[in-house]
Amino acid sequence: MSTQKPAGLRIRDLRVVFDGFAAVDGVDIDVSPGDVRFIIGPNGAGKTTLVDAVTGLVKATGSAAFDGQELLGRKVHHITRLGIGRTFQTAAVFEELTVLQNLDIAAGTNRGLLTLLRRRKSVPDSVAQAMETIGLTSARDRLAGTLAHGQKQWLEIGMLLVQDAKLLLLDEPVAGMSQDERDTTGELLGMLSEDRTVVVIEHDMDFLRRYARTVTVMHAGRILSEGSVAEVQADLKVQEVYLGHAKATSQALVQEV
Amino acid sequence: MTTATGRSAGTGADEKPEHSADRTRRFGPGTPLRAAAGFALAAIVLFAVAPLVLGDFRLNLLAKYLCLAIVAVGIGLAWGRGGMLALGQGVFFGLGGYAMAMHLKLADAGPGNLPDFMQLYGQIDKLPWWWEPFANPVFALAATVLLPVFVAFLLGSLVFRRRVRGAYFAILSQALAAALAIYLIGEQGTTGGTNGLTDIQGFFGFRLDDPLNQRAVYFIIAACLLLMLALVRQLMHSRYGELLVAVRDAEERVRFLGYDPANVKLVAYMVAAGMAGLAGALFVPAVGIISPALIGVVPSIEFVIGVALGGRATLIGPVLGAIAVAWAKTTLSEQFPAAWTYLQGLLFVIFLAFLPNGLASVAGLVRRRRPAPADRKAAQPKSVPLTAETGGAGQ
Ligand SMILES: Nc1ncnc2c1ncn2[C@@H]1O[C@H](COP(=O)(O)OP(=O)(O)OP(=O)(O)O)[C@@H](O)[C@H]1O
Ligand SMILES: [Mg+2]
Repeated sequence: MSTQKPAGLRIRDLRVVFDGFAAVDGVDIDVSPGDVRFIIGPNGAGKTTLVDAVTGLVKATGSAAFDGQELLGRKVHHITRLGIGRTFQTAAVFEELTVLQNLDIAAGTNRGLLTLLRRRKSVPDSVAQAMETIGLTSARDRLAGTLAHGQKQWLEIGMLLVQDAKLLLLDEPVAGMSQDERDTTGELLGMLSEDRTVVVIEHDMDFLRRYARTVTVMHAGRILSEGSVAEVQADLKVQEVYLGHAKATSQALVQEV
Repeated sequence: MTTATGRSAGTGADEKPEHSADRTRRFGPGTPLRAAAGFALAAIVLFAVAPLVLGDFRLNLLAKYLCLAIVAVGIGLAWGRGGMLALGQGVFFGLGGYAMAMHLKLADAGPGNLPDFMQLYGQIDKLPWWWEPFANPVFALAATVLLPVFVAFLLGSLVFRRRVRGAYFAILSQALAAALAIYLIGEQGTTGGTNGLTDIQGFFGFRLDDPLNQRAVYFIIAACLLLMLALVRQLMHSRYGELLVAVRDAEERVRFLGYDPANVKLVAYMVAAGMAGLAGALFVPAVGIISPALIGVVPSIEFVIGVALGGRATLIGPVLGAIAVAWAKTTLSEQFPAAWTYLQGLLFVIFLAFLPNGLASVAGLVRRRRPAPADRKAAQPKSVPLTAETGGAGQ
């Protein structure tokens, strides 16, 4: 471990342009190690695109570094191997593989060819543990495609657990979940953040208030506001943007002020 | 620690070791026991029943079909498990076939002599340099498999890294098959042109017109088929096999787990190419010829049709499909040469439209209609299980 390098996620002047349209338009963000950063913003604000850029899915200019390692310009799987894991807005699990197989693949990035060419004789400890944590031990041999929506999201989180990522980027992890499921996901999030840096994109304000340590508000590809939950909620610019875009969200925000 | 345990699926809490996951699965699809029984059965049919029941002529036909089945096993892996619609396997079949035939032609001609067709066309008085190494039996045999694997490696490295997928990959494969056939036709003096390499007499010292030796060739081919089936089964059930399915279904997602999907696909593609090469090599002593017409666009498509018919994601489906198509072709094309082409196209469309997982999935459909008591609680797969014949992978 090199302690000299700046730790955490450090984004500078990040820009993503689609056909002349700047979806992310010069963003600076610092997420310090161990933080739980929520990124909120109206639809189309560029939140997902920001995560896409950091994880190598879309081309971007500027800089995004994690623990001092520049990420931009690297291939997706190289970025992943630097310890960066993500989930997707719509759960992306391998539907035709079982829960166990999904997790086992996620845990196996460093397997040699010989291990790969053999059968799995036993369940790796990390996989068993993750299955327990996400509550899918008894669904071990079920195809992931048959899981409920919430379970799929947890499976994805489980995949991040066994992947042993140091920076987690979660794109709307509780969208479409019931209140119970949200609570469970929140608990999972708490566990995840114990020894990892977590960035969560979320629209759910209640969820945000309960689990966010810091918040970044994006709007039209730029950072509108940043700070603690209370600071952001008190920000008039934020209220203005939200009033114009999403009534429900804005009310949720204003209630608290 | 166990935050979400309470909300997990209602399949009953069973924390059993990997292998006794389900009592009903001990002899169910995909278990080693079932597989061993399947292999034993196949061996009995291939090594005892067929040679006893079939005359020399039909056994020789079967030998030819089994060669095509070996190609199909490879396509099953690359296409069924890896999602690569390998529409150009004729290239690899051809490389293997020509490598073998070149050696056999040189051996027929004897040391220092030119193969008969080169003398016939008469423009050459010296063996082309690229023919020379094939005089060595070890080199030639190795080349039948390694040459296709190497070409697949080059092609796959280029194509998969550039994320050429789906129809583009299929078209590219076809173009390559066409190109190789056209090249061979054009180089008549050194490749035999349209006729190909024909009239092969001997096979490593044995005369091929001897029915006994033909039987031996059949046995070699049958053994190779079983070997290839065992190899692909191992790959399917290995962790690599699971990864391959993951790449097939969600290539981008796999990247975010730190894998390079291009490498994963490359392995399956190379294996499939090697098998096609081996099949081409075995085809030569069985049929006595290799020619551009056997390796171009049309045969490449026919390889795939058999696989589609039989069930591309299963182990045995491609074999049965390939044999069925080859048999139908022999039977029908003799009587209705024109109709066969259309029938073949029609079959392909019908199968892809109504039975996309092939004949092998029919068994699965029947099974699903009357679920076993133990299965009833478990959720049924949304789509067809990974393997109809071999059951859920990774058990
Ligand atoms: N591949 C693409 N090509 C062109 N435009 C894109 C592409 N991806 C995203 N965009 C555009 O970029 C903008 C930002 O999209 P993005 O998905 O990042 O928003 P978001 O903040 O995640 O929104 P949501 O809350 O709806 O998920 C949108 O206007 C979107 O239409
Ligand atoms: Mg989004």
